Amino acid sequence: MSLRRRLLTVVGLFGAGALAVILWAPTVGSTPISLARAFDTAQPWADNVDAQIFFVARLPRVLAGALIGAALAAAGVVLQALMRNPLATPFTLGVSAGAALGAMLAIALGLDVGALGVSSVPVASFLGSLAAIAVVYGLASSQKRGLSTNVLLLAGVTLNSFFSALILFVQYLADFAESFRAVRWLMGDLDVGGYGPIVAAAPFIVAAFVVFAMLPRALNLLTMGEDMAASRGVEVARTQRWAFFSASLATGAAVSLGGPVGFIGIVVPHLVRLVVGSDHRVVLPAATLFGAAFLVLCDLVARTAMAPLEIPVGIITALIGGPFFLWLLVRQA
Amino acid sequence: MWECALLRADSVTFRYHAGTPVVVDGVTLEVGRGDLIGILGPNGSGKTTLLRLLSGTRQPTSGRVLFDGEPMAHLSRREIARRLAVVPQETELAFEYSALEIVLMGRHAHLGLFEVEGPRDYVLAREALAATGTAHLEDREFHTLSGGEKQRVVIAAALAQASDVLLLDEPTASLDLGYQLDIAALLAALNRDRGVTMAISTHDLNLAASICRHLVMMRNGRVLASGPTQDVLTPAHVRALYDVDADVHVHEATGHMTVVPVRRLRP
Repeated sequence: MSLRRRLLTVVGLFGAGALAVILWAPTVGSTPISLARAFDTAQPWADNVDAQIFFVARLPRVLAGALIGAALAAAGVVLQALMRNPLATPFTLGVSAGAALGAMLAIALGLDVGALGVSSVPVASFLGSLAAIAVVYGLASSQKRGLSTNVLLLAGVTLNSFFSALILFVQYLADFAESFRAVRWLMGDLDVGGYGPIVAAAPFIVAAFVVFAMLPRALNLLTMGEDMAASRGVEVARTQRWAFFSASLATGAAVSLGGPVGFIGIVVPHLVRLVVGSDHRVVLPAATLFGAAFLVLCDLVARTAMAPLEIPVGIITALIGGPFFLWLLVRQA
Repeated sequence: MWECALLRADSVTFRYHAGTPVVVDGVTLEVGRGDLIGILGPNGSGKTTLLRLLSGTRQPTSGRVLFDGEPMAHLSRREIARRLAVVPQETELAFEYSALEIVLMGRHAHLGLFEVEGPRDYVLAREALAATGTAHLEDREFHTLSGGEKQRVVIAAALAQASDVLLLDEPTASLDLGYQLDIAALLAALNRDRGVTMAISTHDLNLAASICRHLVMMRNGRVLASGPTQDVLTPAHVRALYDVDADVHVHEATGHMTVVPVRRLRP
């Protein structure tokens, strides 16, 4: 099958699946509602309880899940190609730990003020991720032209542990209520409380996706090694920079919106590759759409499995992702 | 040396980082159109680095490389890649691709940013697979192929990319004897029948003797000798290159020069 037809098929199927999940998920919950009634425009808004529950109470959370899932899955695909390592994740490079430290500081220092419907915690978290991106990039680009993917990996891993220690320290100094909020944030929470935070995070994620769209063929070649890619006509240093910054930006924005929801960036790309192969021109859109659906479904499990108690979504993705990651390791070896 | 050099290195010197030793030291050489040259030298003599300079993936610290009269530094990666392709000693993939996908990747420099391979690209890719005797492998996953099959697929990818110049870095070093002869015959045929200009770095003196028209001998980053194969492949040069005493004579059955190492001299 030609690539164009494969791409259309994959986007059609995965897109339809993602759309179906996004429309269905808000109908499930403590009060079951009907999709038909929620979209029934004949009824006035004030009387249409189903529409109110659908659009006000549940859809923001589902959309947040879709946006975060799409961003983390796509960032995972891009970083795995950049690092030439199928086990890399969006959290390998320390971006999420930076975001977490930012959020912890905002919570512990009581900077929790809101403006324009956006609280200061995600803003601080996003700034934290930008700081981590700057540090890792500075280290990885200091030695040679282009990026040293080895330094990238080691700097990221080191930064992760360093920031984790600082996070613990901040929590240790915080009072009980702050500490609880901080721990809850670290478990991932898609209940963003309205459309405001989504609208605030979306531009960064969309910008990252615009860059992603230009990368796939170069990413295919980068997986053969830098020298090979260069001799095939890829501007290696430029491609690496764009890949690193766009994937990090998407990760930072996603984490500041919903907390560090783990394993999406590794589980989704691998499942997608099993189905569609390794051509990044197909993998990237497929992982984006599947990532959106996957996180929405995980969150659905999180809020219904032990209702009325809500399980943090990060725990659900870890329960699925942890064993899956280990299976991958064994399969690779 | 030759009238119209397609590739020309002009007193090229290179070091990887400031303060580190020079790896290529004032090398001047020419690769004529349609020529097939071998680059010989012991480990660490600068062969691989010289190929990187000739392919434009590294810029010389001083001196310059001309590609068809144009300074390499003025050409974009894309412009170079459309006419010049590189075949490494071994290809390691981080992900799984089919042989056809690998060969189609050779078309990268010919496609626009969002362009997808069209019928012409498929025709060229399949032609390249056929020319390297790997047409039957097109749907096989690359990592399931044998060493010799992999190398032929990578050469096919290089052909689909650019049919003017191929630079090959020890293309037979990790292959067994049978595959070595296969690849040598393939390269000789591509040069003879399609006029592909080639530069091959190799440790295999007999491979070089059997297919290369000209040789460049390197030691410690410098050119020790260069010229037509029958003139420069001498016991004296082999000794100077490798500190090895060798017999060099024309082998009756093969019709080309053959090098038989006799003993190692302590340098």
